[in-house]
Amino acid sequence: MVTVADTTLDGRCPTGNMASRWEQRQRDLKLVAPHNKRKSTIIVVGTGLAGGSAAASLAELGYNVLSFCIQDTPRRAHSIAAQGGINAAKNYTNDGDSVWRLFYDTVKGGEWRARESNVYRLAQLSTSIIDQCVAQGVPFAREYGGSLANRSFGGAQVSRTFYCAGQTGQQLLLGAYQAMMRQVNAGRIKLFARREMLDIVVIDGVARGIVTRDLVTGKFETFAGDAVVLCTGGYGNAYYLSTNAKTCNVTAAWRAHKRGAYFANPCYTQIHPTCIPVSGSHQSKLTLMSESLRNDGRVWVSKSKDDSRSPDQIPEDERDYYLERRYPSYGNLAPRDVSSRAAKERCDEGFGVGQSKMSVYLDFSAAIKRDGEDVIRAKYGNLFHMYERITAENPYKVPMRIYPAVHYTMGGLWVDYNLQSNLPGLYVLGEANFSDHGANRLGASALMQGLADGYFVIPYTVGDHIATRKLSPVSTSAPEFGQALSASKSRLEAILNVNGRHSAEHFHRALGKIMWDHVGMARNEKGLLKAIDMIRQLRDEFWKDVKVLGSGESFNQNLEHAGRVADFLEFSELLAYDALCRDESCGGHFREEHQTSEGECARNDDQFCYAAAWEYQGVGQESILHKEPLTFEECPLGTRSYK
Amino acid sequence: MNHTSTKALNLTLKIWRQAGPDQPGALKSYTLTDISPDMSFLEMLDVLNEQLIAKGEEPVAFDHDCREGICGTCGVMINGQAHGPDSATTTCQLHMRRFSDGDTILIEPWRARAFPIVRDLVVDRSAFDRIIQSGGYVSVNTGGAPDANAIPVPGHAQQDAMAAAACIGCGACVASCKNASAMLFVSAKVTHLADLPQGQAERSKRVLNMVATMDSEKFGNCTNTGECEAACPAGIKLSNIAQMNREYMKAVLFSCE
Repeated sequence: MVTVADTTLDGRCPTGNMASRWEQRQRDLKLVAPHNKRKSTIIVVGTGLAGGSAAASLAELGYNVLSFCIQDTPRRAHSIAAQGGINAAKNYTNDGDSVWRLFYDTVKGGEWRARESNVYRLAQLSTSIIDQCVAQGVPFAREYGGSLANRSFGGAQVSRTFYCAGQTGQQLLLGAYQAMMRQVNAGRIKLFARREMLDIVVIDGVARGIVTRDLVTGKFETFAGDAVVLCTGGYGNAYYLSTNAKTCNVTAAWRAHKRGAYFANPCYTQIHPTCIPVSGSHQSKLTLMSESLRNDGRVWVSKSKDDSRSPDQIPEDERDYYLERRYPSYGNLAPRDVSSRAAKERCDEGFGVGQSKMSVYLDFSAAIKRDGEDVIRAKYGNLFHMYERITAENPYKVPMRIYPAVHYTMGGLWVDYNLQSNLPGLYVLGEANFSDHGANRLGASALMQGLADGYFVIPYTVGDHIATRKLSPVSTSAPEFGQALSASKSRLEAILNVNGRHSAEHFHRALGKIMWDHVGMARNEKGLLKAIDMIRQLRDEFWKDVKVLGSGESFNQNLEHAGRVADFLEFSELLAYDALCRDESCGGHFREEHQTSEGECARNDDQFCYAAAWEYQGVGQESILHKEPLTFEECPLGTRSYK
Repeated sequence: MNHTSTKALNLTLKIWRQAGPDQPGALKSYTLTDISPDMSFLEMLDVLNEQLIAKGEEPVAFDHDCREGICGTCGVMINGQAHGPDSATTTCQLHMRRFSDGDTILIEPWRARAFPIVRDLVVDRSAFDRIIQSGGYVSVNTGGAPDANAIPVPGHAQQDAMAAAACIGCGACVASCKNASAMLFVSAKVTHLADLPQGQAERSKRVLNMVATMDSEKFGNCTNTGECEAACPAGIKLSNIAQMNREYMKAVLFSCE
């Protein structure tokens, strides 16, 4: 039923010894001389860890950088919300870590659905990231003697996670932001805040610019350059309720897709096991409780169904520490996808706790007894405080209640080893690309990937494009710019002109419910077909019945939101379709038809050991599948067991 | 213990409405019924906006993003207090259980000459970016950094630096100061970098440039009343301002910058 392209897709990885592949590639990449860098302009969209680090590093090299973000300042990009930490193969703890082990854990954690060469490079670069961030003044946690401290994260048996209290993302982002601000001051970055990218401009098959809308004045603008670097994050908000910030959206990536960039593995979505449960129909977003809490918290439910006793009334021998029971080697630090499904299984079977019965306990009493409340407060104080503010319960006294929520998306625009999409000149970094995490991302690896891409990969690879392509000069007066500009304008005008009955929020919530019910933690063929049907109907309703007040020539948050919902309504169909076509279970993609007798993922390597990159054919039209076969030389295909 | 409501609330809201930077603004009254005490403050505003859209009235513009207290995007004056009545809490983390049935809640934007109003409750805080641009960083290029453990940083120095670095840049300090001073914000960055060995080379130049930019952006001087510390959702201490003043004096008197 799927239309498959005749040729396979090539990731253009170096060959030979895995450990020297990146060095090999760096040798082969052409350089741009300083005087030519000064003549080149690079457009960087997004200012999170990937975009911020890329913009700063490219400007330091001498390129003219145009940097865009939808927030009022680059320092607020959603990377800031990452709590727990960043992995690096420093082996400071002498516990057996190495580049190879971080590489292996990541490939295994991603259920052998990532590209080996990329993951190996990521593990190699991880150590330089920590050095770079410390040099910038990022205040990582330290031991008394002054050396860096580490903690453990899910899916690993070593302590390789560096952290800044529960605010690691914030501190890493401020490091990148400050490096950017230094370049703004030096005149090498031009900053465009409160700008939303609405289209990519492609000339002669090469990405040469973007269309943006100034969110304050409503003015449309075009910008030309020698390369476009998209660092616009993930698409978790397709589910409406997620741990993503409210402005996170798929628009930039989706518009690039509509201009020809392939979208890979959209069905790989990560549902994080430890989030504060939904409290009512007013809920506007979900809040993550860092995975680091599972270093000291124990997850449990009662051994008896529908147990209405309060947690302190349930004796030890009547508690089911189900993660420790099912996964004795990793226990409460089983990976995210595994832990989420285990929580869902207990709740679906009627063992859930709390009023809604849709949560499980995360209990710190053993750790408090062992280490004292002060030690636990020093490690997690801000998270406990946040939990109490939201739920009005004191987690030092009563176990936290948690439930899985959409958190991260492993899929994204397809890129080759150089992080270039199939559209020459269009590079995609961070969560917006699909490259390194396979079907499931391990904790503390998103920060690592964003910064590796921005600080240490793109500065090398983008130069090769500029040096070898011999681009002809381009200006925004080229007809392609005008055409893209008017297409973006008319789309927003069309939304304003519907003048129906329901707000964009109404449609977004409805889409989220479809996605969570049928394309969530467990998926099956019937549900996915139903979801596709319902998404199409909802999209039709949106274009007949959405109501957006005000004008396009002013600060209009509802218009912005409506534009993003319109794109989610197109994109979500592809997500569901990809989930339907991937007729196996792996990582974050769990098809109920394919599970072991113990309820674990049953992969099908014979048929599905590839990255699925989709080529756009039109709204509601079936996309064409390009397969990039995945081969495993260093980590042979195996069974992912945490038992 | 803080006051806690458990039953649904009926509220009167008085909200500052202003169509644009050069338009006149005014307070407008709205009534809301049946608000769940478990809602966050911003979710309460979401409910209001959905009702306004249904009635054909333009919704209230307010800034927000992460809704978990870390991005620094949200922030309004609630009954005259920046981010509302709870200490160490952003507007998005304030919950309606802190209000009582029948309350009237006054909601206004940050007011400061350096933060012009964009629309309704949204203000332009780009002056903060310009202050950071003038020196709030360590001048180090990507690549070639020494091993992260090469320079030990004593645990207490790291903790002091982290406490200052926790600033979320929301602007509550400016909004709650009667002089609209940005000294808590600026001093947090000065202290963060002055406390670490990596920040030493530019220590003098940084404080001189950042203070000069703070002044040229038309933020007022410190009042020494401490409203900023009381309003700060990230727990930034007034002692940072004292440290910045010392850093500034040292730089003026002894540095060759």
